[in-house]
Amino acid sequence: MADDVTAPVGPHADAATSPHAGAASRTTREAAPAAGGGARRRGPLSASARKRLEILFFVAPAMALFVVFIVTPVVQAVRYSAFNWNGLGPLDDFVGLQNYANALRDTIFTDAVLNNFFIIAASIAIQLPLGLAIALLLNREIWGRTALRVIIFVPYVLAEVVAGVIWFMLLQPRGIMDALFATVGLEEYTQLWLGDPDIALFTVMVVLTWKYVGLAIILFLAGLQGVPADLYEAAQLDGASWWQVQRRITIPLLGPTIRTWGFLSMIGSLQLFDMVWILTKGGPANSTMTMAVYLINQGTNRSLYGYASAVAVILFVISLVLAALYQYFILRRDNPDAPQPRKARR
Amino acid sequence: MASSKRALTAAALTSAALLLAACGGGGESSEGSTSTGGGDGDVTLTWWHNSNNEPGQGYYEQVAADFEAANEGVTIEISPMAHEDMLTRLDAAFQTGDAPDVYMERGGGELAAHVEAGLTMDLSEVAAEEIEKIGPSVAGWQYQGKTYALPFSVGVVGFWYNTDLFEQAGITEAPETMDDLYAAIDALKGAGIEPISVGAGDKWPAAHYWYYFSVRECSEDVLIEAGETMDFSDECFIRAGEDLEELVAAEPFNAGFLATPAQTGPTSASGLLATEQVAMELAGHWEPGVMQGLTEDNQGLGDKTGWFPFPQVEGGEGDPDAPMGGGDAWACSADAPPECVDFIKYLLSDEVQTGFAELDMGVPTNPAAVGSITNPVLADLVTIRDEAPYVQLYLDTLFGENVGGAMNDAIALVFAGQAGPQDVVDAIQAAAGTR
Repeated sequence: MADDVTAPVGPHADAATSPHAGAASRTTREAAPAAGGGARRRGPLSASARKRLEILFFVAPAMALFVVFIVTPVVQAVRYSAFNWNGLGPLDDFVGLQNYANALRDTIFTDAVLNNFFIIAASIAIQLPLGLAIALLLNREIWGRTALRVIIFVPYVLAEVVAGVIWFMLLQPRGIMDALFATVGLEEYTQLWLGDPDIALFTVMVVLTWKYVGLAIILFLAGLQGVPADLYEAAQLDGASWWQVQRRITIPLLGPTIRTWGFLSMIGSLQLFDMVWILTKGGPANSTMTMAVYLINQGTNRSLYGYASAVAVILFVISLVLAALYQYFILRRDNPDAPQPRKARR
Repeated sequence: MASSKRALTAAALTSAALLLAACGGGGESSEGSTSTGGGDGDVTLTWWHNSNNEPGQGYYEQVAADFEAANEGVTIEISPMAHEDMLTRLDAAFQTGDAPDVYMERGGGELAAHVEAGLTMDLSEVAAEEIEKIGPSVAGWQYQGKTYALPFSVGVVGFWYNTDLFEQAGITEAPETMDDLYAAIDALKGAGIEPISVGAGDKWPAAHYWYYFSVRECSEDVLIEAGETMDFSDECFIRAGEDLEELVAAEPFNAGFLATPAQTGPTSASGLLATEQVAMELAGHWEPGVMQGLTEDNQGLGDKTGWFPFPQVEGGEGDPDAPMGGGDAWACSADAPPECVDFIKYLLSDEVQTGFAELDMGVPTNPAAVGSITNPVLADLVTIRDEAPYVQLYLDTLFGENVGGAMNDAIALVFAGQAGPQDVVDAIQAAAGTR
């Protein structure tokens, strides 16, 4: 128990050591391991070894789950991807990189990759300005603000499948959406929302925006709470207009939140499956195919488990590379040197 | 801070322990359900089927109870589930080697894959009598001269139509040739009625058109040989594709058919027919049952239901009366106890099949039960099946999931105007090459 109490005190104790040498026995005891670990304490283990054991003990269950449910499947997928395998019987038809070559030669797959990139770009291009505008609006003192916030967040809370099925029904030919268009005199603009290969991807994009802009807004609103009020006050004293305050103070200070949201949005777009599966199953004529939908089509519906594993590995690599690039170029500036001081003190 | 972290860790540990316990529990119970049948005494048979609605579900419970009563020590554990769920779970079960004892086998390439992996029991000897009785319908469940499943419902695909709407459009006789069909399409359009619904969103309903054109254009010998060698270079397959292009060009299909699902909801292909939005649909023997589920009064089209076989194609080399169809069969997994065979034999018995027919659960294969079909349209369909020179199994089932899936995708693209006759043949051969 004593250990638990002293451990977090450590850093502060460090700072306190030099000015008041030997002020308390507790301080010297803390300083001892840092000095070189020569002096052993009551137990048979040094403090650092003990701490390592403790970490190991608490991390082990989580690590075990991680290894069993994440690392193993990834490794297995890489292994399967080198075989022509229908899921039944032994892995005995080794094909090397043939599955990868087939995937990259299949225009349906390469188009699916392009669709994913389109969705990433469109999500950010549409949801960022829209989300930001609504968040700034809802951050002002307006009537019914709480109710508005709830309403805007509802689509995000709704289960994806439920929302998908409802949209699917709304968008049927001669369906409710068409009736709505007719009521406001726009019947000549009605389309085969999900049935026209030229339009389906945009329809899916609209539904995705409806579903996910709420998340952007809530994150931005949370970020706005972190902008210190005195900055606003200072700006107002300097005679800045509302618009200037937003542009010069709010949005720059919201940067970390926006960048984190962008990361979430990108990952979500890369692994997009449920909404597309329910609305279009990747059709019509593959026009809304995404990598994940393609994967399910080839994997479970065609029993090409080796090939589907290769596609999964490609999806994994694309996600990993994009995530790493985002981390390196964009997220890095949000934690400039936060971890370093701690490291130096050790 | 420290204490909240500790609480979190404790929570994580607890949930991990629970998860492990859950996994352990799952393993144990599944072990218990696979019938290892100690001695001749107690045997448990696991049975998966897709009749998860009344009256089918209750009927099968009764059938299982009767069998248990007649065979002491046998317990049947029934798992009724929705069709799609069943297929997904079967795939997974076969991969883990934990398949149910009694399951539904769809035949063709899928069966071949199961047999090659040693997952299915050979019934040729043990159920010889039943196989003899069922007759030619059993062919779809044979592989390399052996029979692996007993088909309990085999139907054929044809056009289901709304007799009222046909009358409104002034069509007095069901179309017999493609020319008749085109005339009917024009008449229906003239009367402001959408002629045909097709669930091209699910692909296979669209693909059925290409299969049928192939059956009409190609002789039986060519079809059999193509199925064995995967060589589709015969000109007749190109002509089938051209026939399909011609039909698509006539624009007979419902608005937005590329995204229309086959059977789910009132805006599906079956739903449009059931709610009188379109005049006809190409579908199998399941259609009346599906339509009943899609209308509020559970009647489907009721008395207005009509049926005619796929029209004849002028100049085709195929048999003009040959239907295309398929069905479902009961099979035993390879390591099922011998009681499994007794049970599926019982499922094919005169008694069980008659009850099956009386409840309109499908199209019975046991000749003794055929007379008990209550629906007059289904009874017609059975006559066509039993008098046909041969019944062509659905080509996607026949070729297996891989080639079948690639073929269906290519045919759906023909419907979208993005692929031609040669593309379908190329897709089949490319997929067969990688098999």
